[in-house]
Amino acid sequence: MSNKVIHAIYNDDDVLLEAVKEIRAAHYHIEEAYTPFPVHGLDKAMGIEPTRIAIASFIYGCIGLAVAIVMMNYIMIKDWPQDIGGKPSFSYISNMPAFVPIMFELTVFFAAHLMVITFYMRSKLWPFKSAENPDIRTTDDHFLLEIAVSSHEEELAKLLKKTGAVEIKTIEKH
Amino acid sequence: MYILPNKLKLFSIALIVVGFLGIALGFFNAPKNIDDVKKLNSAHQTEHVVATSHDATTGHDSDGHLTHQLHQLQNRPWAATYVAALFFALLSLGVLAFYGIQHASQAGWSIVLLRVMEGITAYVLPGTVIVLLIAIFSGHHIFIWRDAEVVAHDKLLQGKSGFLNLTGFIIRGVIFIAGWVSYRYFSRKMSIAQDEAADNTNFKRNFKASAAFLVFFIVTESIMSWDWIMSVEPHWFSTLFGWYVFASFFVSGITTIALITLYLKSKGYLEIVNRSHIQDLAKFMFAFSIFWAYLWFSQFMLIWYANIPEEITYFAMRIEHYNLPFFGAVVMNFVFPILILMNADFKKLTWIVVMAGVIVLAGHYIDFYNMIMPGTVGTNWSIGVPEVGAVLFFLGLFILVVFTALSKAPLVVKRNPFVHESEHFHY
Repeated sequence: MSNKVIHAIYNDDDVLLEAVKEIRAAHYHIEEAYTPFPVHGLDKAMGIEPTRIAIASFIYGCIGLAVAIVMMNYIMIKDWPQDIGGKPSFSYISNMPAFVPIMFELTVFFAAHLMVITFYMRSKLWPFKSAENPDIRTTDDHFLLEIAVSSHEEELAKLLKKTGAVEIKTIEKH
Repeated sequence: MYILPNKLKLFSIALIVVGFLGIALGFFNAPKNIDDVKKLNSAHQTEHVVATSHDATTGHDSDGHLTHQLHQLQNRPWAATYVAALFFALLSLGVLAFYGIQHASQAGWSIVLLRVMEGITAYVLPGTVIVLLIAIFSGHHIFIWRDAEVVAHDKLLQGKSGFLNLTGFIIRGVIFIAGWVSYRYFSRKMSIAQDEAADNTNFKRNFKASAAFLVFFIVTESIMSWDWIMSVEPHWFSTLFGWYVFASFFVSGITTIALITLYLKSKGYLEIVNRSHIQDLAKFMFAFSIFWAYLWFSQFMLIWYANIPEEITYFAMRIEHYNLPFFGAVVMNFVFPILILMNADFKKLTWIVVMAGVIVLAGHYIDFYNMIMPGTVGTNWSIGVPEVGAVLFFLGLFILVVFTALSKAPLVVKRNPFVHESEHFHY
């Protein structure tokens, strides 16, 4: 397998979306799409699986709730059950309303932060990471599709031209 | 055009008849005097000797206690009817508020549901009038401040009599109902006129009317909740009570929109409504269930935490004697919807939305039950013939009024500037 790819540049998101559908209909594999802003429906057109980050977030929230409950049950009820202003610290449930604000906040805290960190890790995003941008214009006003080619390079270039690409380049990937 | 099916009409009339018999039986079975209460108690005691054994030590047979019990048992059919009447009337009022918000916010997604909302709000007029009539004709059976004898011996009630008097109650009630019903009348009229109009004048006037209504609504809703609900326990007061009541009937209203939309869609009348509309309604059900729980907890926790005697009695009574309905309402109105309606795919499934909707509606009926019953029947509560009868009666009336109104106009608006956006709404 050679590691040649074709970079096709578009300058309109509607044209891009149509192009993606046509390219996929012709059974070419689009490796990556670079856009300056989210293009609605692009993930569906590319056939990308839905994200599972909401499920992860739900689990993180449950963990946060558990942490809050275990922590306050240990501190306020088990370890040193003092009488603070007449609050009933006999059991967790008897003093639960006072703990709910913390239970809520920790649930949200865990759900939000762990989800964000998961997002960074899954999308390989961190400070000092070198940008993987094939063309600087894709952060401004151009859209780029990266398509793997093996033998039908000419045909593919013709197809891309037909779908409205303003620029087509063949790149040897290292 | 929707045509009210004869089957549905008969069904609602059957509900009304059965419900009416239940209410009548409730009034018929209420004890007339102390001897009836004694008989009731002795019959009860032979059945549950252990359960009522504490009565002997607390002086259960003293005349004062029996009179108290007699009053509570006599209040029961009144309170049962009142809770059900209030639930259905406020539910359609919640839909009216939602309807006003759709116009005022110029929402694009909900336009195909506007006629369903207009159908449901047809019940505002009969519903609220019935509530006010029950409140007026119940004497002191629901509102203890109506009893001159009690007020004469109660400094607190005397201090509040400037607000809590029958004349003021009736005047305020008439103003509320007049304002709500006239908005509903004019908005519906403009909405139908817009269908055949040549320009958007009706649409613009409807927008202005809705904005004005929402201002009027939030003021009157707050005062209504003091009048119709909080004054059942006139010794108690809470500042966020109006919001709390609003959250309760608002989420019930949205749930009703979803249920009736799904019913009409299943009968093939609302093909234009797609799964995204249903998902949006389910999102509102989800979000306002949480909003209700937030207010429920805020009210409860602030009072529990500070534990001031004049405020805490309200919750002490409910936790001690209404434990299951009190906490059960939280489970049905918060825990259940939050778990079932969190998933985006679930919110698109008809059977999930219907199941969640039925639980939420039942839960908010119990919420209203918890607000009214402890102040009227006290510890002598149960959910029996009078309560179920009243719910069936008002459910039947609600179905009859709503579906008759639905058959009066086309089910989808025509010339609304947003109607095409709504038809193609996709989430």
